[in-house]
Amino acid sequence: MAEFLNMGGYAFYVWTSYFLALILLGGVALWTSMQSRKVRLSAIRKAQQRRRKS
Amino acid sequence: MYRLAGRLAPWFGGLCLLSLALGLYLGLVVAPADYEQGDSYRIIYIHVPAAWMSMFVYVVMATSSAIFLIWRLKIADVVAEASAPIGAAFTAVALLTGSFWGKPMWGTWWIWDARLTSELLLLFLYLGYMALRGALDTPQGSARAAAILAVVGVVNIPIIHFSVEWWNTLHQPATISKLDKPSMHISMLRPLLLMVLAFQMLYFHNLMVRLRTLILTRESRASWVAELNPETGN
Repeated sequence: MAEFLNMGGYAFYVWTSYFLALILLGGVALWTSMQSRKVRLSAIRKAQQRRRKS
Repeated sequence: MYRLAGRLAPWFGGLCLLSLALGLYLGLVVAPADYEQGDSYRIIYIHVPAAWMSMFVYVVMATSSAIFLIWRLKIADVVAEASAPIGAAFTAVALLTGSFWGKPMWGTWWIWDARLTSELLLLFLYLGYMALRGALDTPQGSARAAAILAVVGVVNIPIIHFSVEWWNTLHQPATISKLDKPSMHISMLRPLLLMVLAFQMLYFHNLMVRLRTLILTRESRASWVAELNPETGN
């Protein structure tokens, strides 16, 4: 396990790269799903309110 | 389109996680160390898929922008708009992981060689596209302006791709080529292809979710929106 984490002495470079990929791509995925939820809730509710009024 | 995207999204997401798990396991644990680069080469498993996707997403964006400009097809504009953020993220990942690979192998974080510079330009094209979408007062005007930028910027794609052949760069030439036999052992190649698949599926999943969000925003006055369940969106 320690050997695996050490990455033949390149641990800093290898794991930083994987970490940055996780932050950036995971960040976009997270932002997308939060935005999707927000828009879904507000857009559909508003459309239903409009329908009830008319 | 809205319903189709909703139906496809979980499949893309599931395939992405599956190939990601398998690709990471085979790439980080099973594949042997490189005889020249040691374990540092394992950065390839995110660097190459991210770089490939940075160009793939841009080609999708430019193609759908062209379709939007020629035939005024609104859905093509939505595809382009939805693609930009994830494309920018792939480009940033390719640049950053390249930097963290360049430091131990080349001894420098960054050099202004053709491959690196043209990839940086790609990042600016994505950022410029996203900025332009919100910059003009009328949505139609900014959609057209952004589409023109995307189409013009596509000249950068062959420059990135062939930069390692046209100029003497520090960047190594392509590892996988469609015409030649790959210069990589199968135990190292298999995880790379799996990671390319995972990143591809990540893009498609993200695209489907963003398409739904954008369609809902644009069509919020349409009558079918009122018939959806706000919790599930279906």
